[in-house]
Amino acid sequence: MNGHLLSILLFLPLAGLIPLLLIPSDQKRSLKLCANAVMLAGFLLSLLLVFQFDAAAAGYQFTENAPWIPSIGASYNVGIDGISLLLVMLTTLIGFLATMSSWSAVEDRLKEYYALFLILQTGMLGVFISLDLFLFYVFWEVVLIPMYFIIGIWGGPRRLYAAIKFFVYTLAGSVLMLLGILTLYFQHAQEYNVYTFDLARLLNTHMAMGAEQFVFWTLFLGFAIKVPMFPFHTWLPDAHVEAPTAGSVVLAGVMLKMGAYGFVRFSLPLAPHAASEPWVVNTIATLSIVAILYGALVCLMQKDWKRLVAYSSVSHMGFVTLGIFALNYNGIAGGMLQQINHGISTGMLFLIVGVVYERRHSREISAYGGLAHVMPNLAVVFAIAMWSSAALPLLNGFIGEFTILAGAFAANKLWAVLASLGVILAAAYLLWLYQRTMLGEVTHEINRKLRDLSLREWAIFLPLIAWAVWIGVYPKPHFDVLDKPVRAIVERVTGGAR
Amino acid sequence: MLPALALASFGCVVLLLEFLLGKARAAAARQWILGLSLTGLAVTAWTLWAQQQALDGRRLTAFSGAISVDGFALFFNWIFLVASLVTILISYRYLEIEGEEHAEYYGLILLAQCGMYFLATGTDLVTIFVGLELMALSFYILVGFLRGERRSNEAALKYFLLGVFSSALMAYGFSLLFGVAGSTRLKDIGTAIQAGDLHDPILLMGLAVTTVALLFKISAVPFHMWAPDAYEGAPTPVTAFLSVGSKAASFALLLRFFLEPLGALRDAWQPLLVAVAVLSMTAGNLAAITQTNLKRLIAYSSISHAGYMLLGLVAGNETGLQGIAVYVLVYTFTNLGALLVVAALRSKGAGRGTEEDLNDISGLAQRNPAYAALMVVFLLSLAGLPPTAGFIGKYYIFLSLIQTGHTVLAVIATLYVAVAIFYYFRIVKRMYMGEAAERASLISSSLGVRVALGITTAATIVIGLYPEPFLRFAEISLLR
Repeated sequence: MNGHLLSILLFLPLAGLIPLLLIPSDQKRSLKLCANAVMLAGFLLSLLLVFQFDAAAAGYQFTENAPWIPSIGASYNVGIDGISLLLVMLTTLIGFLATMSSWSAVEDRLKEYYALFLILQTGMLGVFISLDLFLFYVFWEVVLIPMYFIIGIWGGPRRLYAAIKFFVYTLAGSVLMLLGILTLYFQHAQEYNVYTFDLARLLNTHMAMGAEQFVFWTLFLGFAIKVPMFPFHTWLPDAHVEAPTAGSVVLAGVMLKMGAYGFVRFSLPLAPHAASEPWVVNTIATLSIVAILYGALVCLMQKDWKRLVAYSSVSHMGFVTLGIFALNYNGIAGGMLQQINHGISTGMLFLIVGVVYERRHSREISAYGGLAHVMPNLAVVFAIAMWSSAALPLLNGFIGEFTILAGAFAANKLWAVLASLGVILAAAYLLWLYQRTMLGEVTHEINRKLRDLSLREWAIFLPLIAWAVWIGVYPKPHFDVLDKPVRAIVERVTGGAR
Repeated sequence: MLPALALASFGCVVLLLEFLLGKARAAAARQWILGLSLTGLAVTAWTLWAQQQALDGRRLTAFSGAISVDGFALFFNWIFLVASLVTILISYRYLEIEGEEHAEYYGLILLAQCGMYFLATGTDLVTIFVGLELMALSFYILVGFLRGERRSNEAALKYFLLGVFSSALMAYGFSLLFGVAGSTRLKDIGTAIQAGDLHDPILLMGLAVTTVALLFKISAVPFHMWAPDAYEGAPTPVTAFLSVGSKAASFALLLRFFLEPLGALRDAWQPLLVAVAVLSMTAGNLAAITQTNLKRLIAYSSISHAGYMLLGLVAGNETGLQGIAVYVLVYTFTNLGALLVVAALRSKGAGRGTEEDLNDISGLAQRNPAYAALMVVFLLSLAGLPPTAGFIGKYYIFLSLIQTGHTVLAVIATLYVAVAIFYYFRIVKRMYMGEAAERASLISSSLGVRVALGITTAATIVIGLYPEPFLRFAEISLLR
């Protein structure tokens, strides 16, 4: 079984579709149980990866390779290194928690709802473990479809607009990415006379600068829209705000990471010369810093709780891309860790909005106030999530952003100075949000009757809190698994530049 | 030659059946007529299979070069067979609902397929022209088969007038080519062109006129005006047959023409095709956005598909040609599937008089989740998203453009995928997020519809997930 651990993990959610579809639609409890059980099984199974993963070994582990479409050189080629390991763990955990958070939030068309989440889960896992570009692209696109339905059917009032905007926007980026992949594929065939989508072999391609730039920029567009980077972020507030809670959690917690992962796994190693040109690096770093500051400033203006959290994603993902394009060890390692942190903290923040929304059906910040008196448990959880997001020491966000800033400082001091302004702004908008919603007197009588966290909701938050504290107090295991792959990438980019 | 004989003889027998049996008895024998038509297809399939075996990668010519049976021709003939099979399977119930059960209908489908056979195999101008007219005449009648409906009549008339016009152009173009080469054989024309002056005005005139007629047949912009009206007015199974069979046959002809005799004139026709392809994708995709009638929407989208297929010819390398073959194959199953769902929307009573617009499909996911889910698969495939078959078709087209350095064209073509998803998902939006309309039509499912759906869905998904055997099939077909 261990030889196929990744495949089992990948296709488990799809296999879970079969029992789910067989359960009659009116047996809501069984449907929920079935979906949760499949997701939990996926998470437990992924723990095996952690125990068997060898951080000291270079290259990919748990690899599987089988021919798929030999006539075009596409194969079923999967495997993980430290970067993907963390993301796989994040995916299985967030996927499970998102499903669990829907238990009482969604009562409508349950079968379709959970079926879409299961398909989504397979798609996301596939993106993080594919070592074949064709396979990667297929999974990348597969992810879009269930998310479209999740936003469009169970979303908020402007869900139809948000769903199609999300779909068309990200699709436009990914079809251009396909052109980049095909160019690379063709360039490789010209050099070696072999048509293949195998990542390991494509890495040997030597392209002329023009072709490499084309590959880099088309891939860049695909990934930058997904992250989303500054001028391409406009789909995000709509999609995140309109999506149901579980949808927002998965979107922010996992799907945004596909973009940053793409940069590190594909853009940098495949087009190292184009990626390390000074003007390219400067442009992308500038865009990242604009995203950090602009996202944070917009957060300060928000009246809508969920929209605030959504814009904070733009700001935090700006840190991740800044770290990546610092092109040094600290920057990339910090960026990779920070995206896990962002998944944890923003996941929690969206879950908190969900908890409150489920009880009160309002996302206006002004509809709340003094909730700490009514829901003390929630206030504690929110405080942890807020500190984690605002990079307070001893919590995960601090480690990630600190490492990124160290990397950015080494690359360009001005970047580090500007980006650290973002940290301050983040503290400002988060604390202000906390103050307006949790502290003070209860401003609306109706809020006095709100229930505090239930046991199930505690069970959702606890693993995330535990992981946040673990990274904050003892990040070493995480940096250990990131060490080899990040070193390899840095070597490739800086070695390639000279 | 045998497949054509089988089609023609079965076609004629079925056509005359109602006349021979008398109206009353023919009505009673409806199922037998269906059975006879299907037997005709089975015999055709058997003869095609026998030819495929006998062929063994070679090229057989017959009637002193008037037709040539090769992998290319057989590949397209299999596609025609699938198209008529699916059409016949869904027609039975459809005609019953419309009250137009006549044996001629099936006869005409078989005869149209016979015409297609000659379009794919013909290597002589006269053979090709006869095949083209046989197909077109059958379609003129089929499009107007709902005699009681104004839309159907109007569609038939428009299609007939424009169709005859394009046939006349084609005849004129053929006569010019004959004038240049002194022979009606494509091979001789090719040799004559290569030997002669490539800038001969008569030759270029012949090229231009023939091209216009061919573009009309594949409904490429700016000769596409007939398609939305004809597609909308025709009985839905005929729309399916027209959009798939007729288009595939015309593409077979177009490919044979541009690659064999006109290959030497590549410099002259390539820029022309670039413009036509870009215009087709643009007009088709943009016009489809505002359509509310499902069949019109699919008609405009099929115009854009013609644009994509032409891009394969623009690239003109092996990948491009294989791409066209794969694209035609994929498009056949997918478009048939989508129109099949539209056809199933029509039902007795409540559905009588539906206009097949977006309102009819509204809330379908609640009433018929299976049909709605299948429609999503077909639409995704039409748009070209993995893991459906449509992606594989687009993949080859994009790759061929990259290989031949047409980067700008590739960017335009890929961005139109995002546009396409916008209008295809207007349908999905109505199915999944729309309220069920008052006069919501119920799905009328019959055994034939279910079998046809099974075939199209299986192909759409299997080609998407495991395309290998189909790619090999399309590869062999273009080896000469």
